[in-house]
Amino acid sequence: MSGFPWQSAFEIREQVASGVSAVDITRAYLARIEELNPTLSCFLTIDHEGALAAAAQVDHARDDGEELGPLAGVPIALKDNLCTRGVRTTCASKILGEYIPPYDAHVVEALRASGAVILGKTNLDEFAMGSSNENSAFGVVHNPWALGRAPGGSSGGSACATAAGLAPLALGSDTGGSVRQPGAFCGITAIKPTYGRVSRYGLVAFASSLDQIGPMARSVREAAGLLEVVAGHDRRDATSADRETGEYLAACDRGVKGLRVGVVRDLLDGLQDSDVRSGVEAALSALEKQGATLVDVSLPHAKHAVSVYYLVATAEASSNLARFDGMRYGLRVPGEDLVETYTATRARGFGPEVRRRIMLGTYALSAGYYDAFYLKAQRVRTLIRRDYDTAFERCDVVCTPTTPTPAFALGDKTGDPLQMYLADIFTLPPSLAGLPAISTPCGLSAEGLPIGLQLVAPPFEEEVLCSAGQAVEDSCGIVGSRPAALD
Amino acid sequence: MPDAKITLEQVLHVAMLARLTLSDDEAREMQAQLDAILGYMEGLDELDVSDVPPTLHSIPMDAPMRSDVPERCSDRSETLAQAPESEAGGYAVPLVLEVDS
Repeated sequence: MSGFPWQSAFEIREQVASGVSAVDITRAYLARIEELNPTLSCFLTIDHEGALAAAAQVDHARDDGEELGPLAGVPIALKDNLCTRGVRTTCASKILGEYIPPYDAHVVEALRASGAVILGKTNLDEFAMGSSNENSAFGVVHNPWALGRAPGGSSGGSACATAAGLAPLALGSDTGGSVRQPGAFCGITAIKPTYGRVSRYGLVAFASSLDQIGPMARSVREAAGLLEVVAGHDRRDATSADRETGEYLAACDRGVKGLRVGVVRDLLDGLQDSDVRSGVEAALSALEKQGATLVDVSLPHAKHAVSVYYLVATAEASSNLARFDGMRYGLRVPGEDLVETYTATRARGFGPEVRRRIMLGTYALSAGYYDAFYLKAQRVRTLIRRDYDTAFERCDVVCTPTTPTPAFALGDKTGDPLQMYLADIFTLPPSLAGLPAISTPCGLSAEGLPIGLQLVAPPFEEEVLCSAGQAVEDSCGIVGSRPAALD
Repeated sequence: MPDAKITLEQVLHVAMLARLTLSDDEAREMQAQLDAILGYMEGLDELDVSDVPPTLHSIPMDAPMRSDVPERCSDRSETLAQAPESEAGGYAVPLVLEVDS
C-alpha cells in the first residue's frame, strides 16, 4: 500500500490488481477519515459496512481470476445529493435528514459496476445552494489549505476530502460552478461536463436545466478517468445525450500543439487579485510555450451572468423544491390542517439560503413578474450563449480564472448574499450555455492558497479540456504540494 | 423593470405562494436582501432583448420517446418506509377535502 494516502486512483487499482488487499486499503482510508473528519467536517455519513463489503467483493473477484473494473478497489467520496440505496442521503438539509433512498443514482450504479468503493457521503451547501459550504445544516467544512478559509461550494465536502487525501476521487454536482469553484479553492481538478453528458437520474434536483454531475480528483488524468466511468446515455434522464462518449484519459496525452486558446482580455485585466492574474498569465504563457496559440476573444454579456443565473436557477429551484411537502418522504411537522402542515414542515426543514432562493424564484415566476424577470433572464441567456458561439469561431477553448480570488475566509460573505453570488461570476456563463468546463490548479498565491484556471469548450468537447488541463498541470500545477493545514 | 423593488407585503404574499412562513424579523430581513438582489438585477434593463428568443434548453435536443411497456419499479415497502406516515399500502396524509356524508 505504498504512497498512502496520496497515491493516485490508477496506482491503487494497480496495487489491487497485483494482489494488495482492497479491504486493507479501504480500512486505511476509513481510519484517516475518522481521524481528520472531526477537524474538516467534509463527510456527513461514513459507510464503513458498505465500503468494506464492496472492497471484499473486489478482493474475491481478483482471487477468482475475474476481470477487474476500471476503478476496482478505488475509494471514492460522493456528494450527499446523489442517491445511494440504503445509505442516508440528506442534501445537508433537515428536511431530508433521515432520508434513505430506495434506489441508486445512475452514477452510483456505474461506480459500483466499475469496482469503486464508496466510502461515504460528503457535506455540501444545503441542496447545493451556496459557494462556501456554510449553508449546510450539518456543520461547516474547512479548507485543508487553511482551516479558517472556505472550501468553496457547493461541493465543498467532496473537494475537501479529495484535497486532504481522505479519498483519491470524488463526485460533486455543478449547477453554477459547484464542482469548479470548490475545486479551485481546494487545489484539485474538477470537470463540469456538457449538460446531458452525465445522467442526472438520482441526483436530487436543484435547477434542472443547469445541473450536471462532475468528477473531482487531485490530477487531470484521474478526473478524466472518472468521467469515462460516469459519462454516457441513460434513458431514465430525458435530457441525457444519446451520443458516444469520448476518450478522456487518452486525450490527456495529446498535448496542445496548434490549440487556439481564447483569452478574455478585459476580464483578466479587470481582476483585482494580482495573484490570480499572475497565475492565469503564467498558465497562458506555459500553454503558448507548449505549442498553443493565444487569441483574444470577448464575452460582452458575461457580466450579466449573475443576474441571469440567480433568476433562472432560483425559478427552477422554487419549482423543484415544491416536492418537499412532508407527505411522501422526509420531515413532516404536523399542523392544524394541510396548508399549515406544508408551511410548518418547510419552515422547519429549509435553511435561510434555500428559503431565500425559493422566495426569489417564486417571485420571478409569479403573475406580473414572469416577463420582466424570468423570461428576460432566459433571453439574456441566449446572448451569453451567442458570445461563446462567436468566441468558438476563433478558438478551441476559452480561458478565464475559475474564481476572482483564492479561498475567502469563512464568515466573510455570509452576511451579504449578493456578495456571495458575485463571487460566481466566472463559473456561471458556461453553466448558462450548457458548456463543458474544467478547473485545474495553476499555482499558489503568496499566502499559499491554490489558484484555479478555468477552460471552457464547445458542447461535448470534454476531450480538449483534458488535453489542455493536462498541459496546465504539467507546467504550473500543484500536484506535488500538500495542503498546509494538515501538517 | 420599473417596480423591481419588493415591498414587505409582496414578501409575505410570495412566502404564502411558496408555502413558507416567515417571522416578522425574518420577513424584514428577507425584504432587505431581496431588495438588494433585485436592485442589482436591474442591470439587465440596459439590454433590449425584445427580439431575442429565450434559451429554455442550452443544448438543443428532441424529447426522447420509448415504448409504453410496464416495468418493475421500486419495492413498495422500501418506498413507503420513507413516508412520514403510511397506511394500507399507501401514503397517509392530512385531510385534503371535507366531505359531507
